[in-house]
Amino acid sequence: MIELVARLGRTGLRKLEAFGLAGIILMQSLIARPAPTVMFPLVVKQIHFVGVLSLIIIVVSGLFIGMVLGLQGYTILVDYGSEQAVGQMVALSLVRELAPVVTALLFAGRAGSALTAEIGLMKATEQLSSLEMIGVDPLRRIIAPRFWAGFICLPVLATIFSLVGILGGAFVGIDWLGIYEGSFWSNMQNSVDFREDVLNGLIKAVVFGFVVTWIAVFQGYDCVPTSEGISEATTKTVVYASLSVLGLDFILTALMFGDI
Amino acid sequence: MEQFDDVIIDIQKLSFSRGDRAIYKNVDIQIPRGKITAIMGPSGTGKTTLLKLIGGQLRPESGSIFIDGKDIPRLGRRELFEMRARMGMLFQSGALFTDISVFENVAFPLRIHTDLSEEMIRDVVLMKLHAVGLRGARDLMPSELSGGMARRVALARAIALDPDIVMYDEPFTGQDPIAMGVLVNLIRRLNRALGHTSIIVSHDIQETLAIADYIYLISDSEVIARGTPEEMASESSQKVRQFIQGLPDGPVPFHFPAADYQADLLQDS
Repeated sequence: MIELVARLGRTGLRKLEAFGLAGIILMQSLIARPAPTVMFPLVVKQIHFVGVLSLIIIVVSGLFIGMVLGLQGYTILVDYGSEQAVGQMVALSLVRELAPVVTALLFAGRAGSALTAEIGLMKATEQLSSLEMIGVDPLRRIIAPRFWAGFICLPVLATIFSLVGILGGAFVGIDWLGIYEGSFWSNMQNSVDFREDVLNGLIKAVVFGFVVTWIAVFQGYDCVPTSEGISEATTKTVVYASLSVLGLDFILTALMFGDI
Repeated sequence: MEQFDDVIIDIQKLSFSRGDRAIYKNVDIQIPRGKITAIMGPSGTGKTTLLKLIGGQLRPESGSIFIDGKDIPRLGRRELFEMRARMGMLFQSGALFTDISVFENVAFPLRIHTDLSEEMIRDVVLMKLHAVGLRGARDLMPSELSGGMARRVALARAIALDPDIVMYDEPFTGQDPIAMGVLVNLIRRLNRALGHTSIIVSHDIQETLAIADYIYLISDSEVIARGTPEEMASESSQKVRQFIQGLPDGPVPFHFPAADYQADLLQDS
């Protein structure tokens, strides 16, 4: 029994320590960043890497999710004779929930795991040590640009996801199932509020971008520099990031929409 | 034990441990200026750790590491980074940055620490690459190099800023005989030509004995012998002889501690 409590305490302390380390890494890479002239090209390169190269998976997923939403919404709403509300349903579920959450999950799998593996491999091949010996802080040079890139990219990707998803819903609803075009779009315009829906969705995406990238760079920086260590860290990134996104989504939703 | 005329690195009463395992206990090491000093010892004795301690990447539990009178563990961040600009380190794996070309790898420390014009940087990089015989490979990416070539590029990067101290971490490990010969020659030639202090960490006895001016032998977290290669060759201690001559059994046992062989075999599983 005592043994159990002691083990619980030890695990708790270890987790706390890791969390503290993650906090230090976050602070140092955010505060102590290099001169803008050095930083800017590095961030642009990382935006290309984590953002532009994630575009295809985001666009394809957004399109299909939008189309599925249109189809499902139609089959339910047509029973009540209110199929012109499909546009409103597709837009609201995408903008409020699906775009930030699904984008963050895909981002964790596509870009987060790649970030962890890349930083872990740099550690394993002593590139991080060698930067330090040249007199460059790897937190500034390697971690900070990747962090900013992830932070900037996720809201943009989530917005693109929404747009493509709505187009997919419109394609299924209007062109295939024959919903009247005017009521599809006007219903959507009347019900989607900029502050309530679009802005809240964007806030979610910003928070997710922050958390997913933080987990990814920390796991990479902290990993055991062996092949098993890197594979474990990559798995952890995807699992922790996905769980954090889902948990945070519930909290954020409760805060944003809970009082109505 | 001789005293050197001019000591560049003076390590006093250094202690360091990883977890419960003591890596160093009250170790004193002096590195003479302008010479090639080798730190030798069996694998796992923390030779690489020593280089990281000198570079300030690790902090000792107690003791001092003076470089030209400055105590490394007590330097602030900025001073430490300035000090590191005076050191070059050749990592075991080469540690080239894999996302930029050979040329950019060698140019990297110059861009960080100097305000040289692009033309000057080009000249310096080409000179350094020429010194290691790889001027023609400047446009290749690190993934296109063989192991020996990668290590030579890393050497060119380590000497890009004309450092006072160059540290080599296991430079000969995993090299074919030709690459090994090339490296041995390079290390000696560069040391003579540029006049920097070289520290080699290695367990390749023949190659190291051939180029070192002075040798420290480390085992069980202590310095067990020190001297010139000639002194080491005539050392009478069993432990030193076992290492230098590469005998499989001796004071450092061949067998990992285990129960009696016969009893172990007869025991029922």
